[in-house]
Amino acid sequence: MEWEVVIGLEIHVQLSTTTKIFSGASTAFGAEPNTQACAVDLALPGTLPVFNENALRMAVMFGLAVNAEIGKRSVFERKNYFYPDLPKGYQTTQLAEPIVGAGYVDIETDDGVKRRVRLHHAHLEEDAGKSLHEDFHGMSGIDLNRAGTPLVEIVSEPDMRSSKEAAAYARKIHAIVTTLGICDGNMAEGSMRCDCNVSIRPKGQETLGTRTELKNINSFRFIERAIDTEVARQIDLIEDGGKVVQETRLYDPDKNETRSMRSKEDANDYRYFPCPDLLPVVIDDSYIDAIRATLPELPDARRARFIEEFGLSEYDAGVLSSYRAQADYYEQAVKACGDAKLAANWVMGELAKYLNQSDTDIKDSPISAEQLGGLLVRIKDNTISGNIAKKVFELMWSKGGSADDIIETEGLKQVTDTGAIEKIVDEVIANADKQVEQYKAAEPEKRGKMLGFFMGQVMKATGGKANPGAVTGILKQKLDALCN
Amino acid sequence: MSLDRSDVERIAHLARLQIDESDIPSYTENLSSILNLIDQMQQTDTSGVEPLANPLDAVLRLREDVVSEVNQRAALQSVSPAVEEGLFLVPKVIE
Repeated sequence: MEWEVVIGLEIHVQLSTTTKIFSGASTAFGAEPNTQACAVDLALPGTLPVFNENALRMAVMFGLAVNAEIGKRSVFERKNYFYPDLPKGYQTTQLAEPIVGAGYVDIETDDGVKRRVRLHHAHLEEDAGKSLHEDFHGMSGIDLNRAGTPLVEIVSEPDMRSSKEAAAYARKIHAIVTTLGICDGNMAEGSMRCDCNVSIRPKGQETLGTRTELKNINSFRFIERAIDTEVARQIDLIEDGGKVVQETRLYDPDKNETRSMRSKEDANDYRYFPCPDLLPVVIDDSYIDAIRATLPELPDARRARFIEEFGLSEYDAGVLSSYRAQADYYEQAVKACGDAKLAANWVMGELAKYLNQSDTDIKDSPISAEQLGGLLVRIKDNTISGNIAKKVFELMWSKGGSADDIIETEGLKQVTDTGAIEKIVDEVIANADKQVEQYKAAEPEKRGKMLGFFMGQVMKATGGKANPGAVTGILKQKLDALCN
Repeated sequence: MSLDRSDVERIAHLARLQIDESDIPSYTENLSSILNLIDQMQQTDTSGVEPLANPLDAVLRLREDVVSEVNQRAALQSVSPAVEEGLFLVPKVIE
Protein backbone atom coordinates (compact mmCIF):
# COMPACT_ATOMS: atom_id res chain seq x y z
CA MET A 1 0.00 0.00 0.00
CA GLU A 2 1.12 3.55 -0.64
CA TRP A 3 1.20 5.65 2.51
CA GLU A 4 0.98 9.37 2.95
CA VAL A 5 2.89 10.96 5.81
CA VAL A 6 1.19 13.75 7.75
CA ILE A 7 3.29 15.98 10.02
CA GLY A 8 2.52 18.91 12.27
CA LEU A 9 5.13 20.70 14.37
CA GLU A 10 5.06 22.44 17.72
CA ILE A 11 8.11 24.62 18.05
CA HIS A 12 9.10 26.23 21.34
CA VAL A 13 11.13 29.37 20.88
CA GLN A 14 12.90 30.93 23.86
CA LEU A 15 12.57 34.69 23.62
CA SER A 16 15.78 36.62 24.07
CA THR A 17 14.44 38.96 26.72
CA THR A 18 16.71 40.16 29.52
CA THR A 19 14.34 38.99 32.25
CA LYS A 20 11.72 36.31 32.87
CA ILE A 21 8.20 36.57 31.54
CA PHE A 22 6.65 37.24 34.96
CA SER A 23 9.57 38.28 37.17
CA GLY A 24 12.58 40.59 37.11
CA ALA A 25 15.10 37.73 37.37
CA SER A 26 17.77 37.48 34.67
CA THR A 27 17.49 34.90 31.85
CA ALA A 28 21.23 34.81 31.02
CA PHE A 29 22.37 31.32 30.01
CA GLY A 30 24.93 29.35 32.01
CA ALA A 31 24.61 30.88 35.49
CA GLU A 32 25.21 28.85 38.66
CA PRO A 33 22.13 26.75 39.52
CA ASN A 34 19.25 28.66 41.11
CA THR A 35 21.08 32.00 41.22
CA GLN A 36 18.55 33.41 38.74
CA ALA A 37 15.46 31.96 40.34
CA CYS A 38 13.68 34.56 42.47
CA ALA A 39 10.74 34.19 44.85
CA VAL A 40 8.24 34.53 41.97
CA ASP A 41 9.98 31.83 39.91
CA LEU A 42 10.04 29.58 42.97
CA ALA A 43 6.31 30.14 43.52
CA LEU A 44 6.76 31.19 47.10
CA PRO A 45 3.46 32.10 48.79
CA GLY A 46 2.34 35.69 48.38
CA THR A 47 4.23 36.35 45.13
CA LEU A 48 2.43 37.62 42.05
CA PRO A 49 3.42 37.64 38.38
CA VAL A 50 4.04 40.91 36.50
CA PHE A 51 4.11 40.56 32.72
CA ASN A 52 7.23 41.54 30.74
CA GLU A 53 6.33 43.99 27.96
CA ASN A 54 9.30 42.90 25.86
CA ALA A 55 7.98 39.32 25.70
CA LEU A 56 4.68 40.69 24.42
CA ARG A 57 6.44 42.87 21.84
CA MET A 58 8.51 39.92 20.56
CA ALA A 59 5.46 37.68 20.26
CA VAL A 60 3.70 40.39 18.25
CA MET A 61 6.77 40.75 15.99
CA PHE A 62 6.62 37.04 15.29
CA GLY A 63 2.90 37.19 14.53
CA LEU A 64 3.41 40.03 12.05
CA ALA A 65 6.27 38.15 10.37
CA VAL A 66 4.10 35.08 9.70
CA ASN A 67 1.15 37.01 8.32
CA ALA A 68 -0.99 36.28 11.35
CA GLU A 69 -3.85 38.05 13.00
CA ILE A 70 -2.64 39.57 16.31
CA GLY A 71 -4.82 38.94 19.33
CA LYS A 72 -5.73 42.41 20.58
CA ARG A 73 -6.99 40.70 23.67
CA SER A 74 -5.18 37.63 24.95
CA VAL A 75 -5.62 35.69 28.13
CA PHE A 76 -3.20 33.70 30.27
CA GLU A 77 -4.44 30.38 31.59
CA ARG A 78 -3.12 27.78 33.98
CA LYS A 79 -2.18 24.36 32.68
CA ASN A 80 -2.14 22.12 35.72
CA TYR A 81 0.29 19.25 36.20
CA PHE A 82 2.79 18.16 38.80
CA TYR A 83 6.48 17.95 38.17
CA PRO A 84 9.30 19.12 40.45
CA ASP A 85 10.74 21.54 37.87
CA LEU A 86 7.38 23.36 37.81
CA PRO A 87 7.15 24.83 41.32
CA LYS A 88 3.71 26.39 40.95
CA GLY A 89 2.05 23.11 39.99
CA TYR A 90 0.84 24.78 36.79
CA GLN A 91 2.37 26.36 33.73
CA THR A 92 1.12 29.83 32.88
CA THR A 93 0.27 29.65 29.18
CA GLN A 94 -2.41 30.67 26.70
CA LEU A 95 -5.10 28.51 25.15
CA ALA A 96 -8.45 29.95 24.09
CA GLU A 97 -7.21 33.48 23.35
CA PRO A 98 -3.56 33.40 22.25
CA ILE A 99 -1.50 36.44 21.29
CA VAL A 100 -0.94 35.20 17.70
CA GLY A 101 -3.77 33.75 15.63
CA ALA A 102 -3.72 31.81 12.36
CA GLY A 103 -0.93 32.63 9.91
CA TYR A 104 1.33 30.89 7.41
CA VAL A 105 4.87 30.51 6.11
CA ASP A 106 6.04 29.37 2.67
CA ILE A 107 8.69 26.67 2.60
CA GLU A 108 10.84 25.01 -0.03
CA THR A 109 12.79 21.78 0.43
CA ASP A 110 16.29 21.15 -0.94
CA ASP A 111 14.76 19.13 -3.77
CA GLY A 112 12.47 21.97 -4.76
CA VAL A 113 9.10 21.02 -3.22
CA LYS A 114 7.23 24.22 -2.37
CA ARG A 115 4.44 24.37 0.16
CA ARG A 116 2.49 26.85 2.25
CA VAL A 117 2.36 25.67 5.85
CA ARG A 118 -0.47 27.14 7.88
CA LEU A 119 0.07 28.08 11.50
CA HIS A 120 -2.80 27.24 13.79
CA HIS A 121 -1.70 29.85 16.33
CA ALA A 122 1.27 30.85 18.52
CA HIS A 123 1.02 31.58 22.21
CA LEU A 124 3.12 32.95 25.05
CA GLU A 125 4.04 30.77 27.99
CA GLU A 126 6.73 30.18 30.57
CA ASP A 127 9.49 27.60 30.45
CA ALA A 128 9.99 25.07 33.26
CA GLY A 129 13.19 24.45 35.22
CA LYS A 130 15.62 21.61 34.67
CA SER A 131 15.79 18.26 36.43
CA LEU A 132 19.15 16.53 36.84
CA HIS A 133 18.87 12.86 37.57
CA GLU A 134 22.46 11.80 37.98
CA ASP A 135 24.20 11.04 41.20
CA PHE A 136 22.39 12.75 44.06
CA HIS A 137 22.11 9.72 46.35
CA GLY A 138 18.91 8.56 44.72
CA MET A 139 17.46 12.08 44.58
CA SER A 140 16.91 14.41 41.62
CA GLY A 141 18.48 17.86 41.53
CA ILE A 142 16.35 20.82 40.43
CA ASP A 143 17.70 24.00 38.83
CA LEU A 144 15.04 26.67 38.41
CA ASN A 145 17.12 29.26 36.53
CA ARG A 146 15.19 28.46 33.37
CA ALA A 147 11.81 28.49 35.12
CA GLY A 148 9.84 31.48 33.87
CA THR A 149 11.90 32.11 30.73
CA PRO A 150 9.46 33.40 28.11
CA LEU A 151 8.57 31.03 25.28
CA VAL A 152 6.51 31.38 22.17
CA GLU A 153 5.01 28.05 21.19
CA ILE A 154 4.30 27.92 17.48
CA VAL A 155 1.72 25.33 16.49
CA SER A 156 1.45 24.40 12.82
CA GLU A 157 -1.44 22.71 11.06
CA PRO A 158 -0.70 19.11 9.96
CA ASP A 159 0.33 20.45 6.56
CA MET A 160 3.69 18.80 5.97
CA ARG A 161 3.96 15.63 3.92
CA SER A 162 7.57 14.54 4.37
CA SER A 163 10.42 14.76 6.87
CA LYS A 164 12.22 17.09 4.47
CA GLU A 165 9.28 19.49 4.52
CA ALA A 166 9.23 19.37 8.32
CA ALA A 167 12.93 20.24 8.45
CA ALA A 168 12.46 23.02 5.86
CA TYR A 169 9.60 24.43 7.95
CA ALA A 170 11.70 24.34 11.14
CA ARG A 171 14.56 26.06 9.28
CA LYS A 172 12.18 28.75 8.07
CA ILE A 173 10.88 29.41 11.59
CA HIS A 174 14.51 29.51 12.78
CA ALA A 175 15.40 32.01 10.05
CA ILE A 176 12.43 34.20 10.94
CA VAL A 177 12.99 34.32 14.71
CA THR A 178 16.73 34.91 14.38
CA THR A 179 16.18 37.60 11.75
CA LEU A 180 13.67 39.29 14.02
CA GLY A 181 16.25 39.03 16.81
CA ILE A 182 13.67 37.58 19.21
CA CYS A 183 15.59 34.31 19.74
CA ASP A 184 19.28 33.46 19.56
CA GLY A 185 18.38 30.28 17.66
CA ASN A 186 20.90 28.16 19.54
CA MET A 187 19.32 24.71 19.30
CA ALA A 188 22.10 22.97 21.22
CA GLU A 189 21.37 25.16 24.25
CA GLY A 190 17.65 24.53 23.87
CA SER A 191 16.70 28.00 22.63
CA MET A 192 14.53 26.34 20.00
CA ARG A 193 12.96 22.93 20.63
CA CYS A 194 10.77 20.96 18.36
CA ASP A 195 7.98 18.41 18.92
CA CYS A 196 6.82 16.53 15.81
CA ASN A 197 3.33 15.07 15.50
CA VAL A 198 3.54 12.22 12.99
CA SER A 199 0.87 10.00 11.47
CA ILE A 200 0.37 8.02 8.28
CA ARG A 201 -2.69 7.26 6.18
CA PRO A 202 -3.35 5.37 2.95
CA LYS A 203 -2.80 7.75 0.05
CA GLY A 204 -6.07 9.37 -0.90
CA GLN A 205 -7.74 8.87 2.47
CA GLU A 206 -9.26 11.98 4.00
CA THR A 207 -9.30 11.17 7.72
CA LEU A 208 -6.06 11.41 9.65
CA GLY A 209 -4.35 8.38 11.15
CA THR A 210 -3.50 8.11 14.84
CA ARG A 211 -0.52 10.30 15.60
CA THR A 212 2.44 9.97 17.87
CA GLU A 213 4.36 12.93 19.25
CA LEU A 214 8.16 12.98 19.05
CA LYS A 215 9.47 15.18 21.84
CA ASN A 216 12.23 17.74 22.17
CA ILE A 217 14.24 17.25 19.03
CA ASN A 218 17.12 19.69 19.00
CA SER A 219 18.59 19.72 15.49
CA PHE A 220 17.25 19.98 11.96
CA ARG A 221 19.01 16.78 10.98
CA PHE A 222 17.39 14.90 13.85
CA ILE A 223 13.96 16.19 12.81
CA GLU A 224 14.38 14.41 9.49
CA ARG A 225 15.87 11.26 10.95
CA ALA A 226 13.40 10.99 13.84
CA ILE A 227 10.41 11.37 11.51
CA ASP A 228 11.80 8.88 8.96
CA THR A 229 12.40 6.37 11.73
CA GLU A 230 8.95 6.86 13.23
CA VAL A 231 7.20 6.66 9.85
CA ALA A 232 8.97 3.36 9.10
CA ARG A 233 7.90 2.04 12.52
CA GLN A 234 4.26 3.02 11.97
CA ILE A 235 4.17 1.46 8.48
CA ASP A 236 5.65 -1.79 9.77
CA LEU A 237 3.21 -1.80 12.66
CA ILE A 238 0.11 -1.28 10.51
CA GLU A 239 1.20 -3.62 7.74
CA ASP A 240 1.73 -6.32 10.36
CA GLY A 241 -1.87 -5.86 11.43
CA GLY A 242 -1.13 -3.68 14.46
CA LYS A 243 -2.41 -0.28 15.50
CA VAL A 244 -0.63 2.98 16.24
CA VAL A 245 -1.21 4.10 19.83
CA GLN A 246 -1.46 7.82 20.53
CA GLU A 247 1.52 8.48 22.76
CA THR A 248 4.62 10.54 23.31
CA ARG A 249 7.82 9.01 22.00
CA LEU A 250 11.44 9.92 22.48
CA TYR A 251 13.95 9.86 19.64
CA ASP A 252 17.31 8.32 20.46
CA PRO A 253 19.85 9.65 17.95
CA ASP A 254 22.51 7.11 18.95
CA LYS A 255 20.34 4.09 18.25
CA ASN A 256 18.29 5.91 15.59
CA GLU A 257 15.02 4.67 17.07
CA THR A 258 11.98 6.10 18.80
CA ARG A 259 10.64 4.65 22.01
CA SER A 260 7.54 5.16 24.08
CA MET A 261 7.86 7.81 26.78
CA ARG A 262 4.45 8.04 28.35
CA SER A 263 0.95 7.36 27.19
CA LYS A 264 -1.09 10.47 26.50
CA GLU A 265 -4.30 9.00 27.86
CA ASP A 266 -4.42 11.77 30.45
CA ALA A 267 -4.22 14.37 27.69
CA ASN A 268 -7.36 16.20 28.78
CA ASP A 269 -6.47 16.37 32.42
CA TYR A 270 -4.57 19.64 32.39
CA ARG A 271 -7.68 21.38 33.69
CA TYR A 272 -6.94 24.72 32.03
CA PHE A 273 -8.62 27.78 33.47
CA PRO A 274 -7.97 31.53 33.18
CA CYS A 275 -5.21 32.60 35.56
CA PRO A 276 -6.82 34.76 38.26
CA ASP A 277 -3.46 36.42 38.97
CA LEU A 278 -3.23 37.90 35.48
CA LEU A 279 -5.70 40.22 33.79
CA PRO A 280 -6.40 40.00 30.07
CA VAL A 281 -3.66 41.54 27.90
CA VAL A 282 -5.18 44.25 25.73
CA ILE A 283 -3.28 46.03 22.95
CA ASP A 284 -4.45 48.42 20.26
CA ASP A 285 -3.67 49.12 16.60
CA SER A 286 -1.16 51.83 17.39
CA TYR A 287 0.87 49.40 19.51
CA ILE A 288 0.84 46.83 16.70
CA ASP A 289 1.60 49.40 14.00
CA ALA A 290 4.55 50.75 15.97
CA ILE A 291 6.00 47.24 16.11
CA ARG A 292 5.29 46.67 12.43
CA ALA A 293 7.37 49.74 11.65
CA THR A 294 10.40 48.21 13.37
CA LEU A 295 10.38 44.86 11.52
CA PRO A 296 13.63 44.11 9.69
CA GLU A 297 13.73 42.74 6.15
CA LEU A 298 12.49 39.14 6.49
CA PRO A 299 14.30 36.11 5.03
CA ASP A 300 11.89 35.60 2.08
CA ALA A 301 12.16 39.23 1.02
CA ARG A 302 15.92 39.23 1.40
CA ARG A 303 16.26 36.04 -0.62
CA ALA A 304 14.19 37.56 -3.44
CA ARG A 305 16.34 40.69 -3.34
CA PHE A 306 19.58 38.67 -3.45
CA ILE A 307 18.34 36.93 -6.60
CA GLU A 308 17.15 40.18 -8.16
CA GLU A 309 19.96 42.50 -7.12
CA PHE A 310 22.97 40.16 -7.10
CA GLY A 311 21.95 37.58 -9.69
CA LEU A 312 22.45 34.71 -7.21
CA SER A 313 20.95 31.28 -7.76
CA GLU A 314 17.83 30.45 -5.74
CA TYR A 315 19.86 28.00 -3.69
CA ASP A 316 22.68 30.42 -2.85
CA ALA A 317 20.22 33.21 -2.07
CA GLY A 318 18.28 30.84 0.19
CA VAL A 319 21.34 29.76 2.15
CA LEU A 320 22.72 33.28 2.54
CA SER A 321 19.41 34.82 3.64
CA SER A 322 18.51 32.09 6.12
CA TYR A 323 20.55 33.62 8.93
CA ARG A 324 20.54 37.33 9.44
CA ALA A 325 24.11 37.67 10.69
CA GLN A 326 25.33 35.72 7.65
CA ALA A 327 23.21 37.79 5.26
CA ASP A 328 24.52 41.00 6.84
CA TYR A 329 28.09 39.73 6.58
CA TYR A 330 27.58 38.78 2.96
CA GLU A 331 26.19 42.17 2.01
CA GLN A 332 29.13 43.94 3.65
CA ALA A 333 31.56 41.68 1.81
CA VAL A 334 29.83 42.46 -1.49
CA LYS A 335 30.09 46.16 -0.74
CA ALA A 336 33.80 45.77 0.04
CA CYS A 337 34.73 43.79 -3.08
CA GLY A 338 32.06 44.69 -5.63
CA ASP A 339 31.56 41.11 -6.82
CA ALA A 340 28.38 39.44 -5.51
CA LYS A 341 29.06 35.98 -6.90
CA LEU A 342 32.67 35.80 -5.75
CA ALA A 343 31.57 36.95 -2.29
CA ALA A 344 28.80 34.32 -2.23
CA ASN A 345 31.28 31.57 -3.11
CA TRP A 346 33.68 32.58 -0.36
CA VAL A 347 31.09 33.19 2.36
CA MET A 348 29.41 29.84 1.67
CA GLY A 349 32.67 28.05 0.90
CA GLU A 350 35.94 28.80 2.66
CA LEU A 351 34.46 30.98 5.41
CA ALA A 352 31.61 28.53 6.20
CA LYS A 353 34.15 25.69 6.30
CA TYR A 354 36.37 27.46 8.83
CA LEU A 355 33.38 28.58 10.93
CA ASN A 356 31.99 25.04 11.03
CA GLN A 357 35.30 23.45 11.88
CA SER A 358 35.85 25.80 14.79
CA ASP A 359 32.16 25.90 15.77
CA THR A 360 32.17 29.68 15.50
CA ASP A 361 29.14 31.87 14.84
CA ILE A 362 29.63 34.20 11.89
CA LYS A 363 29.02 37.10 14.30
CA ASP A 364 32.29 36.12 16.01
CA SER A 365 34.23 35.44 12.81
CA PRO A 366 37.90 36.37 13.24
CA ILE A 367 37.81 37.62 9.66
CA SER A 368 35.51 40.59 9.20
CA ALA A 369 33.44 41.13 6.06
CA GLU A 370 35.71 44.05 5.17
CA GLN A 371 38.83 41.87 5.50
CA LEU A 372 37.30 39.19 3.30
CA GLY A 373 36.25 41.86 0.81
CA GLY A 374 39.86 43.09 0.71
CA LEU A 375 41.03 39.58 -0.13
CA LEU A 376 38.46 39.15 -2.90
CA VAL A 377 39.55 42.43 -4.47
CA ARG A 378 43.05 40.95 -4.88
CA ILE A 379 41.65 37.83 -6.58
CA LYS A 380 39.66 40.01 -8.93
CA ASP A 381 42.59 42.19 -9.95
CA ASN A 382 44.83 39.13 -10.48
CA THR A 383 47.25 40.02 -7.70
CA ILE A 384 46.78 36.47 -6.38
CA SER A 385 45.25 33.27 -7.68
CA GLY A 386 42.32 31.48 -6.02
CA ASN A 387 44.69 28.94 -4.51
CA ILE A 388 47.00 31.50 -3.01
CA ALA A 389 43.91 33.32 -1.74
CA LYS A 390 43.09 30.26 0.36
CA LYS A 391 46.52 30.48 1.91
CA VAL A 392 46.05 34.20 2.62
CA PHE A 393 42.65 33.37 4.11
CA GLU A 394 44.20 30.83 6.43
CA LEU A 395 46.82 33.32 7.63
CA MET A 396 44.19 36.01 8.04
CA TRP A 397 42.08 33.57 10.10
CA SER A 398 44.93 32.58 12.41
CA LYS A 399 46.90 35.79 12.65
CA GLY A 400 44.61 38.60 11.54
CA GLY A 401 45.68 41.52 9.37
CA SER A 402 44.61 42.71 5.95
CA ALA A 403 44.98 40.68 2.79
CA ASP A 404 47.33 43.29 1.33
CA ASP A 405 49.66 43.14 4.33
CA ILE A 406 49.77 39.33 4.25
CA ILE A 407 50.40 39.21 0.50
CA GLU A 408 53.18 41.77 0.94
CA THR A 409 54.95 40.24 3.96
CA GLU A 410 54.60 36.65 2.75
CA GLY A 411 55.64 37.59 -0.78
CA LEU A 412 52.60 35.92 -2.31
CA LYS A 413 52.03 38.33 -5.13
CA GLN A 414 51.21 36.51 -8.31
CA VAL A 415 53.94 36.50 -10.96
CA THR A 416 52.38 37.80 -14.17
CA ASP A 417 55.62 39.06 -15.66
CA THR A 418 55.95 36.97 -18.85
CA GLY A 419 59.74 37.20 -18.90
CA ALA A 420 60.03 35.76 -15.40
CA ILE A 421 57.60 32.95 -16.15
CA GLU A 422 59.37 32.11 -19.42
CA LYS A 423 62.63 31.76 -17.57
CA ILE A 424 61.15 29.28 -15.12
CA VAL A 425 59.40 27.35 -17.90
CA ASP A 426 62.70 27.01 -19.73
CA GLU A 427 64.33 25.60 -16.59
CA VAL A 428 61.51 23.12 -16.02
CA ILE A 429 61.66 21.90 -19.63
CA ALA A 430 65.44 21.59 -19.49
CA ASN A 431 65.21 19.37 -16.40
CA ALA A 432 62.49 17.06 -17.67
CA ASP A 433 63.88 15.26 -20.68
CA LYS A 434 61.80 12.15 -20.08
CA GLN A 435 58.50 14.00 -19.88
CA VAL A 436 59.42 16.16 -22.87
CA GLU A 437 60.07 13.01 -24.94
CA GLN A 438 56.71 11.58 -23.84
CA TYR A 439 55.03 14.83 -24.77
CA LYS A 440 56.61 14.81 -28.22
CA ALA A 441 55.60 11.18 -28.77
CA ALA A 442 51.97 11.73 -27.77
CA GLU A 443 49.12 12.34 -30.19
CA PRO A 444 48.64 16.12 -30.52
CA GLU A 445 45.10 15.97 -29.05
CA LYS A 446 46.36 14.16 -25.94
CA ARG A 447 49.10 16.65 -25.22
CA GLY A 448 46.77 19.02 -23.37
CA LYS A 449 46.40 16.55 -20.54
CA MET A 450 50.14 16.12 -20.30
CA LEU A 451 50.65 19.79 -19.49
CA GLY A 452 49.68 19.02 -15.88
CA PHE A 453 53.12 17.73 -14.96
CA PHE A 454 54.92 20.80 -16.28
CA MET A 455 52.32 23.10 -14.75
CA GLY A 456 52.91 21.46 -11.36
CA GLN A 457 56.67 21.92 -11.68
CA VAL A 458 56.33 25.59 -12.55
CA MET A 459 53.94 26.15 -9.63
CA LYS A 460 56.34 24.35 -7.32
CA ALA A 461 59.21 26.49 -8.49
CA THR A 462 57.20 29.70 -7.94
CA GLY A 463 55.50 28.68 -4.71
CA GLY A 464 52.16 28.71 -6.52
CA LYS A 465 52.50 32.36 -7.33
CA ALA A 466 52.70 32.16 -11.11
CA ASN A 467 49.54 33.23 -12.91
CA PRO A 468 48.05 29.90 -14.05
CA GLY A 469 46.65 31.32 -17.31
CA ALA A 470 49.96 32.82 -18.31
CA VAL A 471 51.89 29.64 -17.44
CA THR A 472 49.60 27.43 -19.53
CA GLY A 473 49.99 29.65 -22.56
CA ILE A 474 53.77 29.82 -22.35
CA LEU A 475 54.20 26.10 -21.66
CA LYS A 476 52.06 25.12 -24.59
CA GLN A 477 53.86 27.47 -26.91
CA LYS A 478 57.34 26.30 -25.88
CA LEU A 479 56.57 22.57 -25.83
CA ASP A 480 54.78 22.64 -29.14
CA ALA A 481 57.76 24.46 -30.61
CA LEU A 482 59.92 21.46 -29.59
CA CYS A 483 57.60 19.07 -31.40
CA ASN A 484 58.03 20.67 -34.80
CA MET B 1 -24.92 15.41 37.61
CA SER B 2 -23.61 12.91 40.10
CA LEU B 3 -20.10 11.58 40.57
CA ASP B 4 -19.20 8.08 41.53
CA ARG B 5 -16.41 6.75 43.64
CA SER B 6 -13.93 6.40 40.76
CA ASP B 7 -14.43 10.06 39.77
CA VAL B 8 -13.52 11.18 43.25
CA GLU B 9 -10.48 8.93 43.32
CA ARG B 10 -9.35 10.30 39.98
CA ILE B 11 -9.83 13.93 41.03
CA ALA B 12 -7.89 13.28 44.21
CA HIS B 13 -5.09 11.69 42.22
CA LEU B 14 -4.92 14.61 39.79
CA ALA B 15 -4.63 17.02 42.72
CA ARG B 16 -2.15 14.66 44.43
CA LEU B 17 -4.42 14.50 47.48
CA GLN B 18 -4.38 11.49 49.72
CA ILE B 19 -7.88 10.87 51.03
CA ASP B 20 -9.22 8.47 53.58
CA GLU B 21 -11.15 5.57 52.14
CA SER B 22 -13.91 6.26 54.65
CA ASP B 23 -14.26 9.90 53.51
CA ILE B 24 -14.97 9.02 49.88
CA PRO B 25 -18.77 8.75 50.24
CA SER B 26 -19.08 12.21 51.79
CA TYR B 27 -16.71 13.76 49.21
CA THR B 28 -18.77 12.14 46.48
CA GLU B 29 -21.94 13.65 47.86
CA ASN B 30 -20.45 17.13 48.42
CA LEU B 31 -18.81 17.34 45.03
CA SER B 32 -21.98 16.11 43.34
CA SER B 33 -24.02 18.83 44.96
CA ILE B 34 -21.52 21.46 43.80
CA LEU B 35 -21.86 20.12 40.27
CA ASN B 36 -25.61 20.24 40.62
CA LEU B 37 -25.38 23.92 41.43
CA ILE B 38 -23.21 24.41 38.34
CA ASP B 39 -25.77 22.49 36.28
CA GLN B 40 -28.39 24.91 37.52
CA MET B 41 -26.22 27.89 36.57
CA GLN B 42 -25.63 26.39 33.12
CA GLN B 43 -29.36 26.72 32.41
CA THR B 44 -29.10 30.51 32.43
CA ASP B 45 -29.28 31.98 28.95
CA THR B 46 -25.87 33.61 28.39
CA SER B 47 -26.15 34.24 24.67
CA GLY B 48 -24.68 37.62 23.88
CA VAL B 49 -22.65 37.71 27.10
CA GLU B 50 -18.89 37.92 26.70
CA PRO B 51 -17.00 35.15 28.52
CA LEU B 52 -15.35 36.60 31.61
CA ALA B 53 -11.61 35.96 32.01
CA ASN B 54 -11.32 38.05 35.14
CA PRO B 55 -13.93 39.78 37.33
CA LEU B 56 -11.88 42.98 37.53
CA ASP B 57 -12.74 45.50 34.86
CA ALA B 58 -9.12 46.25 34.05
CA VAL B 59 -6.34 45.18 31.72
CA LEU B 60 -2.92 43.78 32.53
CA ARG B 61 -0.16 46.17 33.51
CA LEU B 62 3.17 45.61 31.83
CA ARG B 63 6.67 45.62 33.24
CA GLU B 64 9.84 46.96 31.63
CA ASP B 65 12.37 44.27 30.68
CA VAL B 66 15.00 45.24 33.26
CA VAL B 67 16.59 42.96 35.86
CA SER B 68 15.25 43.86 39.30
CA GLU B 69 16.01 40.66 41.19
CA VAL B 70 19.37 39.90 42.73
CA ASN B 71 20.70 36.45 43.60
CA GLN B 72 19.18 35.40 46.92
CA ARG B 73 19.85 31.70 46.60
CA ALA B 74 21.20 31.21 50.11
CA ALA B 75 18.18 32.87 51.71
CA LEU B 76 15.68 31.15 49.44
CA GLN B 77 17.22 27.73 49.96
CA SER B 78 17.46 28.10 53.73
CA VAL B 79 13.91 26.76 54.01
CA SER B 80 14.53 23.77 51.72
CA PRO B 81 14.73 20.30 53.24
CA ALA B 82 17.57 19.20 50.95
CA VAL B 83 20.03 21.18 48.84
CA GLU B 84 23.26 20.19 47.16
CA GLU B 85 25.60 22.09 44.82
CA GLY B 86 23.01 24.83 44.63
CA LEU B 87 20.31 22.42 43.46
CA PHE B 88 17.05 21.67 45.23
CA LEU B 89 16.91 17.93 45.91
CA VAL B 90 13.64 16.09 45.47
CA PRO B 91 12.64 12.42 45.48
CA LYS B 92 13.96 10.87 42.27
CA VAL B 93 11.82 11.53 39.21
CA ILE B 94 12.49 9.69 35.98
CA GLU B 95 10.04 9.50 33.13
